[in-house]
Amino acid sequence: MKVLVTVKEVAEADDDFAIEGTDIAESDLEYDLNEWDDYAVEAAVQLSEAGIADEVVTVTIGPERAEETIRMALAKGADRAVRVWDDAFEEGFSDVAAKVSTFEAVVEAEEPDLVLGGVQAADTGFGATGVALAERIGFEHAAVVNDLEVDADAGVAHVHRELEGGVEELTDVDLPAVLTVQTGINEPRYASLRGIRQAQRKEIDATDLGDLGLTAEDVESALTITSMYEPESESDAEIIEGDAGEVAGRLAEVLRDKGVSA
Amino acid sequence: MADVLVVAEHRRGDLRDVSYEAITAGRELADARGGDLHVAVVGGDVDAFAEEMNREGVDAIHTVGNGEEFDHNVYQTAIAALLDRTDAATVVAPNSVNGLDYAPAVAEDRGLPLVTDVIGVEYDGGLTITREMYGSKVETTVDVDGDRHVLTVRGGEWEPAGGVGDAAIESVDVELPASGARVTGFEEVAGGDVDIADADVLVSVGRGIEEEENLELVEELADALGATLSASRPIVDNGWLPKNRQVGQSGKVVTPDVYVAVGISGAVQHVAGMKGSDTIIAINTDPNAPIFDIADYGIVGDLFEVIPELVDEFA
Repeated sequence: MKVLVTVKEVAEADDDFAIEGTDIAESDLEYDLNEWDDYAVEAAVQLSEAGIADEVVTVTIGPERAEETIRMALAKGADRAVRVWDDAFEEGFSDVAAKVSTFEAVVEAEEPDLVLGGVQAADTGFGATGVALAERIGFEHAAVVNDLEVDADAGVAHVHRELEGGVEELTDVDLPAVLTVQTGINEPRYASLRGIRQAQRKEIDATDLGDLGLTAEDVESALTITSMYEPESESDAEIIEGDAGEVAGRLAEVLRDKGVSA
Repeated sequence: MADVLVVAEHRRGDLRDVSYEAITAGRELADARGGDLHVAVVGGDVDAFAEEMNREGVDAIHTVGNGEEFDHNVYQTAIAALLDRTDAATVVAPNSVNGLDYAPAVAEDRGLPLVTDVIGVEYDGGLTITREMYGSKVETTVDVDGDRHVLTVRGGEWEPAGGVGDAAIESVDVELPASGARVTGFEEVAGGDVDIADADVLVSVGRGIEEEENLELVEELADALGATLSASRPIVDNGWLPKNRQVGQSGKVVTPDVYVAVGISGAVQHVAGMKGSDTIIAINTDPNAPIFDIADYGIVGDLFEVIPELVDEFA
C-alpha cells in the first residue's frame, strides 16, 4: 500500500519578536518541521520497514525554503516528496478548505491507501485539515491517533484516539483513511548520515496549482487575519528577582510559608 | 435572523463541562445575530442529557438517540439533519478531541468556513473571531466570510451556562450511512503506581530541562520539598517519565496546594490541567511564557542555576 504524509514547515517565534502588520516579523521567525508531522513521518516509515507500506510520499504546501525541511523527512526514510507552491499562497493566510483543495488534487494524482498527518500545525493550530480532507476525498478518518496498527489484508487500521483526561478510545477504521497523528505515538528517529546522503538523491517534485489542475480561486481563503497582537498579560505574579542564590532564598521563604518541607 | 446550533459533548455517561460553556458562547453569538439557540444532543442517554442541557438561554433542544458513545458519522449526519430542519446558520462545537473529529467534516460537507480553537466571537454585520497563533504567543482577530459557519470553541474561555431553561425538547430520527469507523472500547492510561492528583505539592518539569539526565535535578528538588514529581507533555512523549505523571488536558487535572512549574512554558493544554492549584510557582527563561500569566510567583531565570540553590535551602 501507498502512504501519503502531509508535512508542514512551521514557523516558531523567537522569545523576543516584533509584529509587523498582521504577522510576526520574518526576521523573528525560525522554520522547522512541524513536531506533529515528525511523528506522522515516523509512523509511515515504520509501516514501510514492516513491509506494510510499499511507498511513502510526503506532500508539503510551501515555498522553496521548505525543501530543507522536506529533505529531513526524506532523510528519515520517506521515498519521495511533492511540494506545491504558487503565487496564490503568497496572498496571506490559507484556510482549511484551501489546503484541502490542494491536497485533494495531490491525492487524486498519487492515489494513496492511507494519508497520515500531524494532529495540528504548531504555528496556526487549526487541527482540522486531516478530517476535512477525509470528507472531501471520501476516505474514513480518525483524529488524534496515538497508537496505530495497520492490517492491510483486512483493510483496517486499528487505532487508539487520545481523548482528554488519560482515556484512549479504541477504534477500527476502514481503509482508505486519513489519520491525524498525535505526538508520543512513536519515537521519531534522527536522520542518519547515510539517510541524509540518500535524501539528496531523492525526488522532490515541485508543482504549482496549474500543474494540479487548480486555479487561484480554488485556494481562496474565507478567513482573513485582520490584526495580530501580544495578549495582555493577566499576570499578577510576584516576580522574584536577583541572582540565583537570592532568588532561591526568597523562593524557600515562600515555600515554607505555604507549609512545604520535606 | 440567524440561529445557532450548539453540539453537546458527553463521554461514558456524563456530559462534559465544555458543553455548558459552548451554550454561553453560542448564546453570545445568537444574541448578536438576533437568533435562537438550539442544542444538539447526540447519542447516549439523550433524555437525561437534554434535561441537563436545558439551561438559561437555550431555546430548543434536539435529541438524536443513535448509539451510546461518540461516533463521528452519527454526529456529522445528525448535525447535517439539524442544519436542514432549523434556521441555524452557525454550528458551535467544543474544540475537543471529539469536536475536531467531526466539526471539520461538517464544515467541509456543507461548504462552510471553519474556525477552530476560538476564544472570542463578535458579530457586527460579519463574523470576527479571536484566536491564538504561534503557540499562544500572539492573538489574532480573523474576519470570516459569509453568514454561515462552523466554529469550535476552546474550553475554559466561556462561563458554563447555569439556571434552568424552558427549551422545547424534540426527538429527531436520522438515517445513518454505513460507518467505516467502529469504537471497540476504551482504555485508561493514566493509572499506575502514583496518582499525582493526590499530591499536596507537585514539582512539575517541562521541555526546559533539555536532557533526560537532567531530570535528576528536579528529582532532587522534589525530594527536598517532599513533593511528587509530575511533567508536561513533551517529557512523557519522550518517554522520560510515564504517562501517569502527565499534567494537562490529555493527562491528569491536578489541584495541589503548591505547584512548582520548572521549565514549562504553559501551553493551554497544560494550563487546563493545573490552573486550579492554590499556589503556582513558575521558573522559566522566557519572560513572555504564558505560564507567568497564571503564576503567583515567577522566576525569570535559568533553572539549572536556581534549582541547585533551592535544593540547598532545604538540605
